Parts: sequence; structure tokens; C-alpha cells
Amino acid sequence: MQKLSLERLETIANDIREDIIKMLEHAGSGHSAGPLGLADIFTALYFDVMKYDPKQPDWDERDILLLSNGHCVPVQYASMAHAGFFDKKELMTLRQLGTRLQGHPERTKLPGLENTSGPLGCGLSQACGMALAMRMDKQSHRWIYVVMGDGEQDEGNVWEAAMLANKYKLSNIIAITDRNNIQIDGPTESVMPLEDFKAKWEAFGWHTIEVNGNDIEAVIDACAMAKAIVEKPIMIVAHTIPGKGVDFMEYDFTWHGKPPDHEQAKKALHELRTLGGKIKGEHE
Amino acid sequence: MSDMHLADLDSELANEPIRKGFGKGLLEAGKRDVNVVAACADLTDSTQMSLFKAEFPDRFIEIGVAEQNLVTVGSGMSAMGKIPFVSSYAAFSPGRNWEQIRTTICLNDRPVKVVGSHAGVSVGPDGATHQMLEDIALMRGLPNMVVIAPCDSVEAEKATLATATDKRPCYLRLAREATPIITTDKTPFEIGKAYVLAKGADVTLIATGTMTYQALLAAEKLFKDGIEAEVVHVPTIKPLDQETILKSVRKTGAVVTAEEGQINGGLGGAIAELLAENHPTRLKRVGMQDRFGESGSPDQLLEHFGLDAKHIRLAAHAVLDKN
Repeated sequence: MQKLSLERLETIANDIREDIIKMLEHAGSGHSAGPLGLADIFTALYFDVMKYDPKQPDWDERDILLLSNGHCVPVQYASMAHAGFFDKKELMTLRQLGTRLQGHPERTKLPGLENTSGPLGCGLSQACGMALAMRMDKQSHRWIYVVMGDGEQDEGNVWEAAMLANKYKLSNIIAITDRNNIQIDGPTESVMPLEDFKAKWEAFGWHTIEVNGNDIEAVIDACAMAKAIVEKPIMIVAHTIPGKGVDFMEYDFTWHGKPPDHEQAKKALHELRTLGGKIKGEHE
Repeated sequence: MSDMHLADLDSELANEPIRKGFGKGLLEAGKRDVNVVAACADLTDSTQMSLFKAEFPDRFIEIGVAEQNLVTVGSGMSAMGKIPFVSSYAAFSPGRNWEQIRTTICLNDRPVKVVGSHAGVSVGPDGATHQMLEDIALMRGLPNMVVIAPCDSVEAEKATLATATDKRPCYLRLAREATPIITTDKTPFEIGKAYVLAKGADVTLIATGTMTYQALLAAEKLFKDGIEAEVVHVPTIKPLDQETILKSVRKTGAVVTAEEGQINGGLGGAIAELLAENHPTRLKRVGMQDRFGESGSPDQLLEHFGLDAKHIRLAAHAVLDKN
């Protein structure tokens, strides 16, 4: 597959952000900050890093992506639609009765999803199970990407999995933490301090890579570096801006768990379409 | 009943813990299918996974004392086509990890086999913390989940093999103490079937797990009291074999349930629901009466909490006493 240019990838990330705003406004509920902040990471994964075939979601040579913080699934749905798993029109069914695009991801509803999540802290454990099974079947050349929130790492289950991955040296697991420093009740460091975050993962036996999670090229490079580490599981600490791309949402934890209303969505879309006022919007 | 091919209950019965049958069944399942794998939370000997581990060390994962991870790793292995059996004490799994079982196994439709050993008060001196009594209720409430409580080690072996080829998530409930082996290799076992082990027309005794033997003993005593009890063994609590149960109850018109667990939400709860909707019937439920256990020897505890043939017999008299 031919590599896409960085310029093209940035355009895709911007389109994904527009879709997230439209989906959330239409749904009338859902999470805004996390999905917007993750758009660059998902663009890197779906449009450069991962091996998959949208026409054969069960292809047995595909890489696996587990979204552990299921509330951020709008960014995955938008990415999957752009990648050709389903028609973009379906994005507007998010959270509606009968939709395949459940408020939190349900594997059995939508081909291409690898897990059901929402209750936090389980993605890494599932990745461990998958990696162990792959090892038994001599399939460890396949990569397992786990996107995790930072707030979700309050969950003890995460650290149970961290120990297991180290014990069995599951080096085909590449975890990516969306380190945006917010959770529902406020900044992570006031709700439940996670720092020294990188040192924690290293103490658990993981190789860590720190990266600007809103820099697509840097995320792609980090994933490439991660693949070169063969003796340890890898945690990419991706620093992101919550609400990235929409000025009035950025850094504001109150946008963690709510959607924009009509006026806010209009304002957000204008900002995304004009790249923050740098260019003239197409509808003006 | 001859077609059930039971052991001769009047002879000296062999005793073996139900969990031993699981250990043998898992080993056999592993031999039959290379995709059968096992994981345990630091209780490999106790749960009898050690037989499988010795034979297939590369297909066994030691998780450590981490039950949330145990079942969620099972979900991941299942996603890659494995048939994972994950075991611990029932108090911890499904006691501690119910939400992970709900989300990553049942809702996610991954046919993991959750094995809870040391269920019931017959765990004995370890006390209430380790005597799991709510597991049937916890697992029965989950869509997609199959719930099985074998009555002896021979049936446990068959149940283990049956779950290995079943495409649904399953919960297998095992007990610690040696209990009489009442079934034989020829006794039928199928997931979702209840079995009439003794015929009678006056009262139906519906039992599961270790209490099935006690129900058979109670039926013998009731016979001497002039009461013909029908004993229905329900190894699969979910899905419940409604047809077999209702057929017996329509005949007898009186029911006693028996289980080594909480009657609320347990087998007693399941039968009460079935009867209330389909055939309202006089009912007494033998089991834990909304309380916790405590330390003691297994025999002392079973008597203390009324979980034996004597109390099933009393319950049968009570349910037949129309005053």
C-alpha cells in the first residue's frame, strides 16, 4: 500500500474531527474532548501504521486495535468510515436505536471492532490474552495496538495486565496512552495523581516512548520505534490536547463527557474548516 | 431409575471431590482439541488445573492473584480462537470480576469457560469469606451465560467436556470436599437437560450440585414416611430445562428445591420464577436463607445451615402440610 503524504494525513485528521462534531451534535450526547484529542493518533493508526483490510475485517493476518477507553469510540467510528469499513452516512446513526454504532463500542454489532468496551481498564488484559494466544500459534508477527485513556489507569485491572505483559514479555503489544490530563471529575492529577506516569510503566517492566500525540508524524515514528523493541511490551505516552482543534474545548475538562449543542457545533465546524481562521471556509 | 444408570445407592459409594472430575475432564478436553487452553489465579492445584498444566505447559498461563485479569485475558485468548478455561475459587471468580465477565465475555460474546471451585459452605474452616454462595445468582443474571453445577466428580468430567465444545460462555461451579459419586459413565449428561433420578407422585425434589445426593437420601427417608418423592437433578441451572421440571411438578403439585447456595437468585429463585409464571405450586426452598456462612467442619456446617437430607425431608413434609 502506498504511503499517504503528511499533508493528506493532516487533512484526514481534520475531516475526522469534523465528523466527530457532527456525530455528537446529532446524537445529543457523548464525549467530545477525548475523541478530538485522539484524531491524530487514530489517523496515524488507520492510515499509516496498521495492517488491515476493511473488506475483510476478519483477515487473519490483520493487526489488532483495541480501544480500551470505549467512550472515545466516535473517533474510531469516524476513522473506520473514512477507511472504508462502512459508508460515512452511517456515522449520523451514532447512539440511535438499532444502530451498529453504539454509544460505547460493541464488537458483535460492527465488523471491524475487536472488542466491547466502556467499563474501563480491560483493553490491556484482552491484548495480553490475544498476544499469548498468538504466541501459542506462532503468530507473534501481528501487532496489537491498545489505545488507553489516562484516567482509566486508576483501574487496578490495568496494572494486573501490566504485570502479566512484563512476565511473558509480550513485545507485540504496543499500548498508547492518551495522556490528556483530564477525566470526568477534573484534572487527573487532582482526581488521582498518575505521575510519575512514565516511571510507573518502566517500573512495571515496560519500554516507554514519549511523544506529542497531536503530531501525526511523531506518532507514526513512535510506532515504528516500538516495533524495534523486541524484549519488552511498549507503552507510548502520547501527550495530547483534550478537545484539540476546537478552541473553546481545548484543555477544558468539562468537555470530557458532553456533546456540543447546535451553535457550539457550528462554531467548532467553522474553526475546523478554516483551520482556526487561517483559511477561508468553504461555505462562506 | 435404571435408564439413568446411577451407582447403587445402597452400596458403599466412592467419594471424590467434584473438582477432581473437572481436572480430569480438562486434561481430556486438552487432548481432544489443541485450542483448549487454561489460566489460573494462583490456585492451580486447588482447582485441579495442575493435571492440564503438567501435560500442556505451553497452553497454561499462570495469572497470579488477579481475578479481573484472569477472565479478561480469557476473553482475549478466546478472540484468537482459543477455548479458555479460567479458574479460581468461586468467591474470587466470579466473586470479584463480575463486570469483566459481563462486558468482555457475555456482551462481547466470547465463549470463555469460567470455573469457580470451592463453592458452598462445605469449604469449611476457611469461613464465610471463602464460602461462595451468591455465584449462581451472579452468573444466572447474565445474558448468554450457561450455568452448570455438577452433582459429583463423574458428572463434572462430562460437564467439562461438554462446555469445551459449547459455543457459549459457561460457568462451572465446583465443590472442594469429597462427596459420594452417584452417577456412572453411562449416566446421561447434556447441557440444558434436567434428569429425573427417582420417580414419585407426591412431591418433586429439585436439586443441583452437592445437594442432589442429599435429595436422593431424603427421597428414601420420605418413602419410609409414606411419601413418594420424585427427584429431579438440575445440573444446568441456566438454561433451565423447563419442560422436564414442569412435567414433574404438574404431576406432584408440590416442590422442594435444594442447593448449597443462596436461595435468593439461586436454583430456588429460578424455580420460583418458573413456577410463578407457568404453574403456581406450593414451594419450599432449602439452601442458604439470606445469610453468610462461618468456620466449622463441612459436616457441621451443612447441618447447621440446614443443607442436608434431613432438612429436605422436613421441607417436603412442610410443603405437603396443607394447613
